[in-house]
Order: sequence, then structure tokens, then C-alpha cells
Amino acid sequence: MSGYVISVAIFVGIWVTLALSLNILTGYAGQVSLGHAAFFGIGAYASAVMAVRYGQPFWVDFIAAIIITGVVGTILGLPSLRVRHDFLVLATMGINFVVVALFKYVDFFGGAMGLVNIPAPSFFGATFRGGTPYLILVWLYVLFVWAVSWYISKSWVGLAFNAIRLDEDAAAAVGIGAARFKIYAFGISAALAGGAGSLYAHFIGSVFPDTFVFVESIAILSMVVFGGMGTLRGPIVGAIILKAAPEFLRFVQDYRFTIYGALLVLMMLFQPMGLLGDDSWLWQQLKRWFGRKSAPPKVSEEVTP
Amino acid sequence: MRKLIVQHVSKQFGGLRALNDVSFETENEILGLIGPNGAGKTTLFNVISGFLKPTAGEVHYNGQSLHRYRPHRIVALGLARTFQIVKPFGDLTVLDNVLSGYGMPLYRRPKAFFRRYHTPVTERAADEILALTDLTEYRDALAESLPIGVQRRLEIARALATQPDFLLLDEPAAGLTAHEAESLAELIRTLHARGKSIIVIEHNMAFAMNLCQRILVLAQGELIAQGAPADIQSNEQVINVYLGKR
Ligand SMILES: Nc1ncnc2c1ncn2[C@@H]1O[C@H](COP(=O)(O)OP(=O)(O)O)[C@@H](O)[C@H]1O
Ligand SMILES: [Mg+2]
Repeated sequence: MSGYVISVAIFVGIWVTLALSLNILTGYAGQVSLGHAAFFGIGAYASAVMAVRYGQPFWVDFIAAIIITGVVGTILGLPSLRVRHDFLVLATMGINFVVVALFKYVDFFGGAMGLVNIPAPSFFGATFRGGTPYLILVWLYVLFVWAVSWYISKSWVGLAFNAIRLDEDAAAAVGIGAARFKIYAFGISAALAGGAGSLYAHFIGSVFPDTFVFVESIAILSMVVFGGMGTLRGPIVGAIILKAAPEFLRFVQDYRFTIYGALLVLMMLFQPMGLLGDDSWLWQQLKRWFGRKSAPPKVSEEVTP
Repeated sequence: MRKLIVQHVSKQFGGLRALNDVSFETENEILGLIGPNGAGKTTLFNVISGFLKPTAGEVHYNGQSLHRYRPHRIVALGLARTFQIVKPFGDLTVLDNVLSGYGMPLYRRPKAFFRRYHTPVTERAADEILALTDLTEYRDALAESLPIGVQRRLEIARALATQPDFLLLDEPAAGLTAHEAESLAELIRTLHARGKSIIVIEHNMAFAMNLCQRILVLAQGELIAQGAPADIQSNEQVINVYLGKR
């Protein structure tokens, strides 16, 4: 594989974990967030600060980024408990702007010039920037985030996420306090995005505030919605397509965010469940081709005597 | 024990007094709650189950005040409810709806992260409730796709899955055929025979008279009568209310 293809595959892997982590918050728990890039950025900056200011090795930065972002995400999630659904979108947007402003104007974070010269990670004495080992590392993290997402969807917490997404009153009536599970969702989602940020920072070797701006949040949400919110396959496929396409189609690159925005709107209008959501046209076709068992039967046509 | 005591409860919505100094006690019975539309029946359930805070008065259950409890904590005390306007988890199967209730004791514990909700044990427990509520044939259907009568049974099944001692049923018979209503009454009697206390809101006078051991009558937020079905049926004030003379 050429170095270029490897780089693209590393980027795609990082964005797959961003989409999967947002999917836990938005797809599972139903909390639409337009601030996911902020958590991505907090992870990247936490990692960069640990490396540049405190000289810590990669593994320490990586773990610290996950923990710090998880904690900050939990705290930033608290105000969202008090706002209604539509205002949550605004609140998370606001969080994104504030976080980027802090990166930009606080000297400790390097200001507009960012933090540079993040040392390349080293494993067992070998130092490398990118390349196949880093590609493997990134995709191991993809596997980890996938496994966490899968496990949550099978756990009681996953059922509770579904419940608060579908009806908070009904959830309360079966003992599910919405606040607790929103905080869980914010914390887990942020922590996993923090890991992505760390991988990004150590790959690029520097971090700048502009990478983590609000439009990047829209891009990540587009990947989730485009692929199929709430499923595991959807965000993965969405991130692969939407992240890889601009790399290979040069003309797309310049209009990347415009295209993401347009896709988001088109999907909402015509395939709200996304490309590969459970009820989507494409997924139904695929299931027919591969003869898989179809979705639970609907019985609304039944006539009651 | 397991006594529910409602003490001088009032609830004000702006200028509207939906409940006015309502007091009663109930324990180990099928208690009917009747009254015309807008009488405050659902509001009373909302207050008992913690969805609304009373403007005045208190609710006690099992010897403790529910004043500081939020809805999801009140279920944990063994007091479950259904909704008049059914609220199934539409995107989930009937089985998963019931499992959501069965998980009640776990949600506040770290175990909830590590335990899977589909296991032979949980499914067997849910299947028992599905059999009891006559929902077995719909087990794997999505809740939103069910006819309203079946959704009402699911509402009860999900509440039952929390293993309550006390059940508040808000118009469970609304929209049911006579036949469905009779099997619902049978189910409620069975639950009572198994030791559950039940309050059932009902619009149909005959249905309530037939099912309940005692009846409360609400009108314009006030408890105007309570007693055995026969006494309620011959009560002047109740007759007036139902003929709309009040
Ligand atoms: N959340 C609310 N806000 C304002 N008014 C309400 C609310 N809930 C109920 N009401 C009013 O309180 C009165 C009693 O309603 P409700 O308890 O639903 O009656 P019932 O269940 O007996 O038909 C009605 O006049 C209704 O419009
Ligand atoms: Mg009502």
C-alpha cells in the first residue's frame, strides 16, 4: 500500500470511531449533538498537552485523553439535562464554539498557532509516524469502539438508552431515570471521541483549533445519519464513504462541508433511517439478496373482531 | 402494610383546580376510580406516581412519604402505573417492551452495563408475563404496529414486569370490545388474587361496578363519594354528576 493510501485509511479509521461514538449518544440515547468535534478536540488537546508540556509517552497521553474527555463530556452533558430536545442541539453547538475559543485564546493550549512537535509514538523502542503499524493501531481502536458499541446495545444500559430515546415518561414508568442515562451517554460518547482525538494528534504531530470547529461536528453527524443512525454498520459505512470520497475525488474536497450539509438534509427528507438503517431501501434489498430473516413482522393490517 | 394514603391532595393548573383536597386510603383491594371527563382522575394518578407534584397535600405509600420521590424511584418502591394515552416503546418488540420493565431493579446499578438483557432467564420471565397478559402471539412484533387494544395490554404487561405490589391502571378498558374487556377484568381479578392492590380508572360504570370492590367518584377535582358499588349506584350526587346536572 502506498503511504498515501495508508494515511487515508488512518483518517478513515479515526472518523469511523468518531461516528460510532456519536452514534451512542445520538443513535442509541436519542440526544442529537452538534458538538461532537469539541470532544474530538478535547481528546486531541489533552493528548498534545500531555506530550508537549509534560513529556509523557503515547500510551499515557492516549489513556489520559480518554479519561479527561470522558470527564469533561460528562460535565458538559449536565446542562443538557435541563433543556428540551431542540435546545439540546443549540446547547451542544454552543459547547463546540466555547471549546474552540478556549483552544484559540488560552496560551496554555498554544493559541491560534496550536501545539506542535508532538513526538511520534514509539513501541518497544521503535519510533514511527504513521505507516502500517499506526494503521493497525487505529483500526484496533476501531475494533474496540465497535465492541463497546455492540456490547452496550446488548446490555440493560442499551435498552435504557432506547427507552429514553423513544419516550422519557414511559422510561420513568419502568424505573429508568432519563438524567442518569443521558449522562452515561455523554460520558461514554465523549470518552471514545477523546481516544480518536489522541490518535489524530499523534498521527498529525500537531493540533490546531480550526480542526475541531462546528462544521466538523456537522460532518460527523452527517456520517452517522447518512449511514444509518442507531445501527452499528451505518456509522461505519457512513464514515468510510464520506471520509474517503473527498480524499480520492479532488473536486469534492473543496466543497466537502457543503456536500455533507446537503446530504444531511437529503437523507432526512428521503431516507431518514439512513443508507443502511433497518427500514432503508438498500438494507432491505441486501437482506433479500442474502436471504436474511426480515425485520419483525408488522401486524397493523390485522382486523380485530 | 403496602397501604396507599392520599392526604388532602390538591393540584392547581393556573386558574384550574384539577384536584381539590382529595383524601383516601387503599390497601389490598380492587379500587375503582370513576368520574366524568376532566374530573381529575389522570391528574390524581400523575400525582401518586410522581409525574406531577401536588400543590398541597401528600401521598404516603408503605409508611413513607412520596414527596421527594421522582417517578422512576416510585416504581422501584413497587408502585407501577399505565398511561391512558398508551406509551409503548414503538420501535421495540413486545418482548423488549416487557423486558424494559423487568430490568427495573438493575437500572441504578453498575451491573446494568455488564449484563445482557436477552438471556434465557430474562426471556423466560418475560414470556410468563406475555402468557399472563395474552400477548404471546405478538412477542416479536414491533409495539407500534399493534392494534390499540393490544397496546393497552402491553402497557399493563410492561408495568407488571416491574413486579409491583400496587398497580395504577388508567382506563385500561377504553376502546376494547366487550369480549376483550371481559378478559381484561379477568386478568385484573387474577392479579388481585395474586396479592396485588389495584386502582383502576374506568369510564364505563357497569364495568367498574362489576369489577371493583370499592369505588371512588371524582367530579371537578373533588371526591364526592366513596363506597361499595351498590351504594355508589344509588348515590344521588353521583347520579346527578353522571346525568350532567352538576
Ligand atoms: N398538565 C396539565 N396542564 C394543564 N391542565 C391540565 C393538565 N393535565 C390536566 N389538566 C386539566 O385538568 C383537568 C383534569 O384532567 P384529567 O386529570 O386528565 O381528567 P380525567 O382523567 O378525569 O379525564 C382537565 O380540565 C384538564 O384539562
Ligand atoms: Mg384521564
